[in-house]
Amino acid sequence: MFKRFINLQWKSFFRSSSFGKGLALKIVMIFFGMYMIGALMFVGGFLYEILRKTFPDQSPMWVLSGYLVYWILIELFFRYFLQKLPVMDIKPLLSFPIKKSTITHYILGRSGVSGYNLLALFFFIPFGIVLLLHGYPVLNVVLWLVSISSIVLCINYVNFLVNKSDKALGIIGGIIVILYGLDYFQIVPVKDFFGPIFHGLYEYPITALIPIVMAVSAYALNYKLLKNKLFLDASLKTKTKDAKTSDLSWTKRFGDMGTFLQLDLKMIWRNKRTKAQVFISLLFVFYGLIFYTQEVYANMIPMFAFMGIFMTGIFLTNFGQFIPAWDSGYYSMMMAQNIPLRKYLESKASLISVSVVAMFLLTIPYVYFGWEALAINFGSAIYNLGVNIPVILFFGSFNKKRIDLDKSPFGNMQGTSATQFLIMLPVLGLPILIFTGAYYLISMEAAVILLSLLGVIGFALKNYLLDRITEQYRKKKYGMIAGFKEKNS
Amino acid sequence: MIITENLSKKYGSQTVLNIESLEIPKGQSFGLVGNNGAGKTTFFSLLLDLIQPTSGHIINNDVQVNKSEGWKPFTSSFIDESFLIGYLTPEEYFYFVGDLRGRNKADVDALLSTFEDFFHGEILGQKKYLRDLSKGNQKKAGIVASFIGNPEVVILDEPFANLDPTTQIRLKEIIKELAAKNEVTVLVSSHDLIHVTEVCERIVVLNKGEIVKDIQTSAETLKELETFFAG
Repeated sequence: MFKRFINLQWKSFFRSSSFGKGLALKIVMIFFGMYMIGALMFVGGFLYEILRKTFPDQSPMWVLSGYLVYWILIELFFRYFLQKLPVMDIKPLLSFPIKKSTITHYILGRSGVSGYNLLALFFFIPFGIVLLLHGYPVLNVVLWLVSISSIVLCINYVNFLVNKSDKALGIIGGIIVILYGLDYFQIVPVKDFFGPIFHGLYEYPITALIPIVMAVSAYALNYKLLKNKLFLDASLKTKTKDAKTSDLSWTKRFGDMGTFLQLDLKMIWRNKRTKAQVFISLLFVFYGLIFYTQEVYANMIPMFAFMGIFMTGIFLTNFGQFIPAWDSGYYSMMMAQNIPLRKYLESKASLISVSVVAMFLLTIPYVYFGWEALAINFGSAIYNLGVNIPVILFFGSFNKKRIDLDKSPFGNMQGTSATQFLIMLPVLGLPILIFTGAYYLISMEAAVILLSLLGVIGFALKNYLLDRITEQYRKKKYGMIAGFKEKNS
Repeated sequence: MIITENLSKKYGSQTVLNIESLEIPKGQSFGLVGNNGAGKTTFFSLLLDLIQPTSGHIINNDVQVNKSEGWKPFTSSFIDESFLIGYLTPEEYFYFVGDLRGRNKADVDALLSTFEDFFHGEILGQKKYLRDLSKGNQKKAGIVASFIGNPEVVILDEPFANLDPTTQIRLKEIIKELAAKNEVTVLVSSHDLIHVTEVCERIVVLNKGEIVKDIQTSAETLKELETFFAG
């Protein structure tokens, strides 16, 4: 039976939509994956040296043991978002003559070999090899790795147990903050407390049994809970939340456009992926904190332009690049309804304009790091408003890939194609190039004025540009409708 | 009046629709029947300019649909769930469509109140988004939305599928009422021969993209259709 399950799994992986993607995207994704694995192995391999240099008076194993508690908690925290037990996959199996216990073992066992578990091993195994090279006893190191693997499995299964409520997430997050706070302000030496416990796993190989037993118990507990809930109306039911209607009648003030603005706001707020985009965009405001405080960049004025375009335009690029694919689920309706395409695009443009202005206002405090930052951000915002909005809308007409709004936003590449990478060039690259040129040829002031001027020109031509873009969308209409209908693109 | 001339749609070498000439006079209730792949949805999609004709064209009330958007204000349709916006509640969706068709909230509410029977208490005030409704209820919402704003042409693809028996009967009444108004042209496709003979004045049978029968509905029509499809 398990052989058949593995066969199913194999097919679902290789026939999944992500494998059918364009070659360029596939290469980028593979590259990204290799990079992640490479980085983990690299850090794992050099960790011994790093720890020895940073903490010369302690053995690296001791230092690492002190931090393991944080690793466990943080991994648990992130898994909460990333990993869910894929119960829906077994729905079709329920009506076949397969024992429920077999199905439960299958789904739990499958999660045990998931990629998330392998990530930690890519880090710890190189570290273990380095330990061996430094003459650490083989038995201890190998069993320590076994312990670590068991802890990973523990995390895996505990995650499924706690994953059911958002409270658990708050509690885990809270514990991390509190522990770190206690440690940082030296109230309670958390690392010194947990350190010996984890070091014991290395010191006394027999203790590897403890994490193994814990992992097995976590598995057993999951098994017990899940097996009794393998019914369509219990754990297999997708939860529906109560709909909240919101009064957005203030959008009426924007006239005809208000209707679409209202729709877009609802779309952003009621769908996971769009909501995540907004939060990510807001988070990027803090990017400046990392950047402006670095001495290295203080004299690299062109980098300021990058920051300006990037911070004020983050929502523009993140959200704008997928226009109109956000509406792909009902695009044929939009095209058959009494909707002037022009109004539809105009409302998208104003939504992005609002975001650019808002992002600019949020970056004003960076004036603290010098008035140049403010001036450049201002110029960038104007450029984004005038030039980048029409550019991104124009490139949007090349979108043909469907986006299912209610899919998880994490690691979701749905709707991505080579277009998305190409868009980055004119949107991010061009203004930086213009700015840099003007800066080196004339002065920073001139560069800011040039960016703003281009923005103003774009703004003045707005009606003309929108007409042309509308024309473009009309031409590409049939391709879009057909593309958005393909569920597995 | 909907005039179809030399219309064809090909995918590669495969012809999925080929209609030399078809005229649907204003106010007619028109039924389209045929097996899977006969070209019913293709015809409706062409009529709504959702796909491009390989040759020929359709003229809807003097507007050639693939040349101008002028047919949109008086034409409304429900083809499938992709005509619904999943993250809206049914009410919000109705108001949205109302907005697009120049009807305010009160107008839409007045229209919806006449469909209370049809909704059977399962659509309005449910605190559910359209994506969370059952297939049948989604269909009800979509069909009613296509009646908003007094359209002159109403296009419904398989409106009876997925509906429960009570709702099917109510829908038949609604379509008959609509068709009784002389200014409204109703186009319906269906797999259910009984329903379609009951509500339509005229029935056209498509087979592999070609019109094989064009019948004014009478008492014998059902028999005739059944004999045809029995093969």
